[in-house]
Amino acid sequence: MQTRFQGRVWTFGDDVSTDHIISGKYLGTTDPKVFADHAFEAIDPTWAKEVQSGDLIVAGANFGCGSSREQAPIALKTLGISAILANSFARIFFRNAINLGFPVIECEGLRDRVKSGETIELDMARGQVRLPSGDMMPCSALPPNVLEILEAGGLVPKLKKELGTRAAR
Amino acid sequence: MPGQTISEKILSRASHSTDVRPGQIVDVDVDLLYMHEMLAMALLPFNEIGTMKVWDPDKIVVTLDHWVPPPTPEIAKMHQTIRDFCRKQGIRRFHDVGDHGIVHQLIAERGYAQPGDLVIGSDSHTNMVGAVGAFAAGIGATDTAAVMATGRLWLRVPETIRVDIHGNLADRTGAKDVILKVIGTTGDDGARYAAVEFTGSTVKSFPMNERFVLCNMTTEMGAKVGLIEADGVTKDYLAHAGVPFRPIQSDGDAAFSKTYTFNVDGMGPQVACPSNPANLKPVEDVEGTKIDVAFLGSCTNARIEDLRIAAQLLKGEKVAPGVRFQITPASQIIYRQALKEGLIEVFLDAGATFTSSTCGPCFGGHLGTLAGDEVCISSTNRNYSGRMGSPQAQVYLASPWTVTASAMHGEITDPRKV
Ligand code: SF4
Repeated sequence: MQTRFQGRVWTFGDDVSTDHIISGKYLGTTDPKVFADHAFEAIDPTWAKEVQSGDLIVAGANFGCGSSREQAPIALKTLGISAILANSFARIFFRNAINLGFPVIECEGLRDRVKSGETIELDMARGQVRLPSGDMMPCSALPPNVLEILEAGGLVPKLKKELGTRAAR
Repeated sequence: MPGQTISEKILSRASHSTDVRPGQIVDVDVDLLYMHEMLAMALLPFNEIGTMKVWDPDKIVVTLDHWVPPPTPEIAKMHQTIRDFCRKQGIRRFHDVGDHGIVHQLIAERGYAQPGDLVIGSDSHTNMVGAVGAFAAGIGATDTAAVMATGRLWLRVPETIRVDIHGNLADRTGAKDVILKVIGTTGDDGARYAAVEFTGSTVKSFPMNERFVLCNMTTEMGAKVGLIEADGVTKDYLAHAGVPFRPIQSDGDAAFSKTYTFNVDGMGPQVACPSNPANLKPVEDVEGTKIDVAFLGSCTNARIEDLRIAAQLLKGEKVAPGVRFQITPASQIIYRQALKEGLIEVFLDAGATFTSSTCGPCFGGHLGTLAGDEVCISSTNRNYSGRMGSPQAQVYLASPWTVTASAMHGEITDPRKV
């Protein structure tokens, strides 16, 4: 599992809801590309075009609140966001992201120490973030069972291994 | 050892342990899994897991609610996929278009969830069902696929926050006003990862339809579940299901992580202003705000009791010129009841529209979305920007009383003055 990520930051505020990430009007499909193309449209209609694979999201409190739509983390993962660091996450968003093998890390206070466009480095194994200034700051460790899902690449690969099953055609 | 809360009791039983405590991670057996169109999203990971069969078709309930009837060929196709899947898997409790309802309401009114049950739903407002004394939590698509395949799910045992409510509300004020007040106090993440249990004389005096409103909007506090102990009111509500009633309550010495106490004596109507459910104002502070749209619908407030309120105010009156007032019952059962009681005629005479049951407008999906310059007062549960249509639209959340009174006056109106 990749545990070190270096990338350009996009910052967001508190209470970013899954309605902001992907609007309800785009949910009438199961195509991840549709979700990716319209990500954060309500906040910034050009965002999905400007974001690049390997970028990171840094947000305030309660990121991903609202609807249980997994289309939200799917959209961000499909765009190539490598990890989300926030002061805190809403519970269903947190589970959904981890289940997709998408790292979401609580890092209280980071939001106030970086700006959009700056580069940071996340070291999940050490539980540290290197700030643009070069200073290090700690982030929260994931619980062991959550780490296990991430290490397996998501809940589906983990279950397949445990159950000894193969994908149905 | 202190006693246990309702949530801890249910998680202990479902994880085959005697004494689970907050913070612990447990694997639980699911008593009931329910889904709406999210099933289509869950099919991809389900097929990838490859068990082929669901763990127990008799423990699954499926209905269609977000897009009913389907507004596009793609969504009609999605419904077909779900229909076929339920037939092939032997899921008998599939409630197709015509027999449908907003899933939380359908589960509640058909008595599918019982006190003490571990209920998992593929939707964030599954919390509503906790009003019968069940542990009812929402999950996303991959978790749903995992439960379909195995019947099991990992959960972190939540701390329980007690919300104790006392006092007699003012006239034309109800559970919606109370929960808006609670959220306005705790913030929209005040109960993140926690169970919220409502207690107190006001809660005890609420009938089930009002209790559902309280638990429904614990989602807007970030809670994992909302709970109310199962008592005589619960028993009467569930009697038609023909299942032996098992009361459940927290132990007298159970540990609550926090207790909020609200004295709502004389409290009047409340409104959540754009664009956060915690942006609370008493109705007096926003009276006179012009509106374009009023919506009475959603799993939060579109039960028969809510429709009766609207009819009581609208009888012989008119919706204000230039305002569209849309009423969308939460289920087909409620639709039929409204028809029987003559409520629909009152709505139509007043110039309101009455639609088939669906989530549609609540999540900005179809059948009544908002334009950028529109202001809406809504009986739903969320007003984040873009939720009900254009990101520029302004949404105020309020009770059925306030929504209807506002529809009649074309501006936000204190229902006690109507
Ligand atoms: S009515 Fe609204 S809140 Fe309720 S389940 Fe449907 S979309 Fe969700």
